[in-house]
Amino acid sequence: MHPALSVIFLTTLIGAGQGLFLALFTAQSYAAVDFVTIQNPQQFYAYGSGIALLLLIGGLLASFFHLGHPERAWRSVARWRTSWLSREVIALPAFMFFVFVYGVMHYFGWDPLVIKTEHPLQGQLSLYIGIIGTVLCFALFICTAMIYACLKFLQEWHSPLTVINYTLLGTASGFTLATAYSAMMAPELVTLFGTWATIITLTALVSRTASLLRNARIKHKSSLQTAIGVRHTNIQQKAMGLMGGSFNTREFFHGAKMGLFKSMKWIFLVLVFLVPVVLLATGMRSASIDILITAFVAQYLGLLAERWFFFAQAKHPQNLYYQTI
Amino acid sequence: MSDDNPYGKDPTGTFFNRVQSFEIGDYPNTELVHFPKSCLHCEEPPCVPVCPTGASYKREEDGIVLVDYDKCIGCKYCSWACPYGARELDEHQKVMKKCTLCVDRIYDEALPEAERKPACVLACPTNARLFGDVHDSESEVSVTIRESGGYQLMPEWGTQPANHYLPRRKTKIKIHEDELIRADNPLKKEGLKPKTVVDEATLDDVTSW
Amino acid sequence: MSTPKPIHDPIKQPDSERIEVKNTTCYMCACRCGIRVTLRDGEVRYIQGNPDHPLNKGIICAKGSSGIMKQYSPARLTKPLRRKPGADRGDSEFEEISWDEAFSIMEERMAKLRKTDPKQFAMFTGRDQMQAMTGLFAKQYGTPNYAAHGGFCSVNMAAGMIYTIGGSFWEFGGPDLERSKLFVMIGTAEDHHSNPLKMELSKFKRQGGKFISINPVRTGYSAIADEWIPIKPGTDAALLMALNHEIIRTGLYDRDFLIEYSNSAELVNMDDNSTEYGMFVRAEVPEEEGCFDPQNKLWWDRNTDKAIVADRAIDHDPYLLGEYALQDGTPVKTSFQLLHERLEKYTPEWAENITGIPAATIRRLAHEMGITARDEKIELPIAWTDVWGREHDTVTGNPVSFHAMRGLAAHSNGFHSIRALSILMSLLGTIDRPGGFRHKAPFPRPIPPCAKTPKGPEDVQPETPLNGMPLGWPADPDDLFVDDKGEPVRLDKAFSWEFPLSVHGMMHNAITNAWRGDPYTIDTLLIFMANMAWNSSMNTEQVRDMLNDKDDNGEYKIPYLIVCDAFQSEMVSYADLVLPDTTYLERHDVMSMLDRPISEYDGPVDSVRIPVLPPTGECKPFQEVLLELGTRLKLPAFVNEKGERKFRDYPDFVVNFETEPGSGIGFLSGWRGKGGEQFMKGEPNPNQWEMYEKNNCVFHYELPRSFQYMRNWNKGYLEWAQEHRLTRYAEPINIHIYSEVLQKFRMAAQGKSDGKQPPDHLRKRVETYFDPLPFYYEPLESQLTDKHKYPLNAVTQRPMAMYHSWDSQNAWLRQIHTYNYLYVNSATAKAEGIADGDWLWVESQWGKVRCLCRYSEALEPGTVWTWNAIGKASGAWNLEPNANESKQGFLLNHVISEELPAHDAGEHISNSDPVTGQAGWYDVRVRIYKVGDNEKPVTMPQFDPVKPAPGQPKRKSWLGFFAGGKKQ
Repeated sequence: MHPALSVIFLTTLIGAGQGLFLALFTAQSYAAVDFVTIQNPQQFYAYGSGIALLLLIGGLLASFFHLGHPERAWRSVARWRTSWLSREVIALPAFMFFVFVYGVMHYFGWDPLVIKTEHPLQGQLSLYIGIIGTVLCFALFICTAMIYACLKFLQEWHSPLTVINYTLLGTASGFTLATAYSAMMAPELVTLFGTWATIITLTALVSRTASLLRNARIKHKSSLQTAIGVRHTNIQQKAMGLMGGSFNTREFFHGAKMGLFKSMKWIFLVLVFLVPVVLLATGMRSASIDILITAFVAQYLGLLAERWFFFAQAKHPQNLYYQTI
Repeated sequence: MSDDNPYGKDPTGTFFNRVQSFEIGDYPNTELVHFPKSCLHCEEPPCVPVCPTGASYKREEDGIVLVDYDKCIGCKYCSWACPYGARELDEHQKVMKKCTLCVDRIYDEALPEAERKPACVLACPTNARLFGDVHDSESEVSVTIRESGGYQLMPEWGTQPANHYLPRRKTKIKIHEDELIRADNPLKKEGLKPKTVVDEATLDDVTSW
Repeated sequence: MSTPKPIHDPIKQPDSERIEVKNTTCYMCACRCGIRVTLRDGEVRYIQGNPDHPLNKGIICAKGSSGIMKQYSPARLTKPLRRKPGADRGDSEFEEISWDEAFSIMEERMAKLRKTDPKQFAMFTGRDQMQAMTGLFAKQYGTPNYAAHGGFCSVNMAAGMIYTIGGSFWEFGGPDLERSKLFVMIGTAEDHHSNPLKMELSKFKRQGGKFISINPVRTGYSAIADEWIPIKPGTDAALLMALNHEIIRTGLYDRDFLIEYSNSAELVNMDDNSTEYGMFVRAEVPEEEGCFDPQNKLWWDRNTDKAIVADRAIDHDPYLLGEYALQDGTPVKTSFQLLHERLEKYTPEWAENITGIPAATIRRLAHEMGITARDEKIELPIAWTDVWGREHDTVTGNPVSFHAMRGLAAHSNGFHSIRALSILMSLLGTIDRPGGFRHKAPFPRPIPPCAKTPKGPEDVQPETPLNGMPLGWPADPDDLFVDDKGEPVRLDKAFSWEFPLSVHGMMHNAITNAWRGDPYTIDTLLIFMANMAWNSSMNTEQVRDMLNDKDDNGEYKIPYLIVCDAFQSEMVSYADLVLPDTTYLERHDVMSMLDRPISEYDGPVDSVRIPVLPPTGECKPFQEVLLELGTRLKLPAFVNEKGERKFRDYPDFVVNFETEPGSGIGFLSGWRGKGGEQFMKGEPNPNQWEMYEKNNCVFHYELPRSFQYMRNWNKGYLEWAQEHRLTRYAEPINIHIYSEVLQKFRMAAQGKSDGKQPPDHLRKRVETYFDPLPFYYEPLESQLTDKHKYPLNAVTQRPMAMYHSWDSQNAWLRQIHTYNYLYVNSATAKAEGIADGDWLWVESQWGKVRCLCRYSEALEPGTVWTWNAIGKASGAWNLEPNANESKQGFLLNHVISEELPAHDAGEHISNSDPVTGQAGWYDVRVRIYKVGDNEKPVTMPQFDPVKPAPGQPKRKSWLGFFAGGKKQ
């Protein structure tokens, strides 16, 4: 598939935004059970939510570049019963709304107790808004990933690993960002976020490697034989019916040289996993904002490469008809 | 439907229907297959449920899969969901285009009955394209699919295309050796007719009584 | 799940008031299918096949439906143009002029030439469909230097078959696939009549017929063949001779057919010392002069064992084989005996080495043909009477049919290959019979047809129409158009001893000859619709130089060049004067019985084009140009006795022109007579165009069934044809298994006959190639080439979606073919270290071209091929200078020569068939090799980009046709 920049940015930006929100909410949950104490929670949650929201808005904006008719985007809520894309279109603004509310509540400190609990932090409205946000956040991960995972003939994508990877990678980048953010805003949380970021990154490494291994060994169900219905071992396409390219040759091929394609895999493996883990470890020890920011930037750039590779690696069966000869 | 670089490098455009060529086998046992491809109008079109706006739809009355150009947001997702590459984005109208099975023609009552068929069916010089109702088991297309071994493309995805392809047919002639040996072989007519040889002695020459 | 109603109504019809539908005839190739053009607000919206048209019955191809993109192409020329003073030819520096100026220039120049030496004006036309009119113009003007493109197309096919069976493939006849059981196609890619052929092929296959394709390349029609037999190019005669050998050896020929309907059983004089050697022995029946075959030959009667007049009207039983002595001791043999002897050495084993086809396959093929013909006989319950008065209750058919085209024709041995094929078809008894070959009116015609060219320089006089037809059918050496030294009178040397039967002329040598001044220089060359500076010339690069070459005085060697074309082809930039022609949607045209009609097997059909749009800009149909020039020059056919304009315009000319005053024969055969009540022959009908318009632009006369078969010998048909002036005589047209016509030329070359004699240096050539029986020889260029150095044959084909160079300006079709590859058998390419998709050089002894390689398994390993005329010169046809056509596309013509290397027949002998002058396009020998590491990935040779001419529409950066919306 052709990796479209708009979709790469959409998925990575909202992934980081979602992850950051999860990190914030994790902190709040931890605080609610007194695992951590946050010095200045209001500001911390509010600005954090703000950053998450900015990332989500960035993703949303990127998505518009993908549309031929963005002015009709509102129509895309219509088919939520069948279309994961439609569901994403609902889940994303819904999630953004709760992030916004979550942030605003913290910013203005408007956080009434809705349930009487022993611990004051367990009954606050923001916690329940956070829970809804978290549910929506996971729903959004699932929707986004399922857009790809549901396409059964894109066999590289058609796997639960796609959902797991989207979730873990988004969360990892969010937690890495949270680590850097906390180094600025709430140093007491650096270790919490840093540890989780490392754990999630390493888990993501496992799941992403699993999908790489799976995809390397994938046996494509479609072949030239099934594509044209001729049973012969030697079939060669000699003409595509066009020579100057078409939508079919542009949309479904990454168009990159084999060398770049292969190196992209190593680039993302290093940037998404190795570099952040090392930098997180160093950053946590030294509480260096710079290092932690670098960790996030590296991981985010790595995710851009990872997403590029995710698209580029997927072999669409239509390419059997368009061998770009 | 638009065409870009119509007079420049790499001319490109949106087509409903493309004819491709494949070589099959090794020399000299090579077959050449010209393979037309357009939307197959699947019974289970994977391009329809994925569409977020409902622009991609399958008509209930006849099963034709269409794009509602006024609803399409141009997200291209349906094209990803089509294993056959049947959909092409119109780069200028920014909506997805595909074969409509000439839905405007086949219901056009201003046309004579015989012409209410998709343009490609009418155009095909070898009548290689047949048009009809695959749900009617007695229709010409159903009979042909049944009797001539019509098959679907990429059956592995369960899309159940309405369009079927028919396999190559081969005619062979079997010559038996003895067919070359015939009583009426014209070569047998060319030998000289048995003739009396005139200059040898005959009974007539020696019989005096 | 319910589906909400779509917003866009997919079945809404456009506003009918804005829509108009008009019928005319397609011209995107030479098929001439009926089309329906739908216009909205006067603009073409789409083009469909006309279901009511007899030729295509509604079908249409990619080209036909893309006609709209030709109409609105930016390559259109829209204004008469004059080369700017000081600019060189090829620079494409033009200034607009008015039509009046253009006509004045031409009138002045041409009037002067006509007064002095009309030969100085030469006119050559491409694949136009108006040769009846262009030929008439040339004749009236008085120049012999006229031809259309037939000489470099497939004249061998016409000549080889017409000189043998009195008809030919092409629009003049074809395979009866309706009833055939076995169909063999040889050397045919996409060609004329392709849509009807495709229709028939599909019916044939559905009926269970077997389709065998013999071709070095498997493309096009061959895709659906049941069997593909790859053959080395130029060796078809070897295969056909071996097939004939095997068919005769096994007795699989139709003896009765050969005796009754060919000269097989007739006796040939074998007296070496006689001036009659090799001629048929004839009874002394007073001979009537005329272009028919007198029925006074002899055959050897089996009953009386002596020679008697071969009179089919009386009971007869002649020998088909044998050698005999006449009463006066003259040794004689039957034609068939001579054929039999000729074929002895042509065994399948012999042919295997030459053709690359296993002997066993050749044998099997022969058996399949022979046994199908013999055992699957068709008997139609159609009573008919033969020309000798015998009544037949049925029409018999042997259902084996053939089709062949340029693959056989475009070789310098093509004439004899095609003779061999015609003989094979005759041996099988398939001529004008059900399931075999069938004629289309106006064929069959006498062997050879009656039309004759002038015979000498005295027939070309100032201010006088030519004494003879510009093109004709020589029947003996005295029909040649040569001076008393035996040298050619025509510029292209057609009808001379170099190419005696060049019945379509030799356009491919016109420019080279005029440039060299051999046989003479000319003043003005008019080229209509032929891309001589590109794909229509062999040796393109040098021909371009010749067009631009000047003598010592700085004058162009070809002083004045007029080009008429609708599009800015490569040729246009070389013109001194450019005349913008209309497209086929803007003009009247006739597909006339005088020219190349669209007849069906069941009877004559002709058709017309009627404009669906007004001319673009100042475009003017070429016919109107000729009419105006003819009138201005006061050519007799175009003016009345007072020298005044006789015809208002071309449509008026078509209606009112008669071949001779009062002949009743004109361009159109339908709805003649005052009220349209007559056909074929009759007074001019002022409403003839309207009647064609009402009838789908077609006139179709269906012959009575008893006239539809065996027309060479069908009394009813021949008399009908004579009565309706299709033919002059109602005499039988017996098949020339043995060609006395060719023998007459050979006798002259041997100095054994009176009359015209070839120049000495050509005697051996004429003697060799004018063999009365077909024989195989290696193509001339191969004979003169180092085949170790150049081991491969290189050929071209026409793709289904493009017609020659006509369509590169077509925005839709060029998406399908925007450049071309050299197809190479993967084994051949790998042996040279060339990978699929690599750049390579293809080189002949004449030049080399850099191009892209594409592997193929559907290709004989000793052959490479490419699509013809996809490659273009940069900027031509108003494509952008970096368009793929000029950077990746290539033209094979650069490695093909229009002349042979110097050899004993001469220094500048055309690279053509020595009998017919057919251009030997497919004789070229090449080698291939990988490009160097640092070479640019761009095709070579490259030419400076051509600039658009004034008046050409601007190129759009994108085009859009939106349903429901207006064209953007």
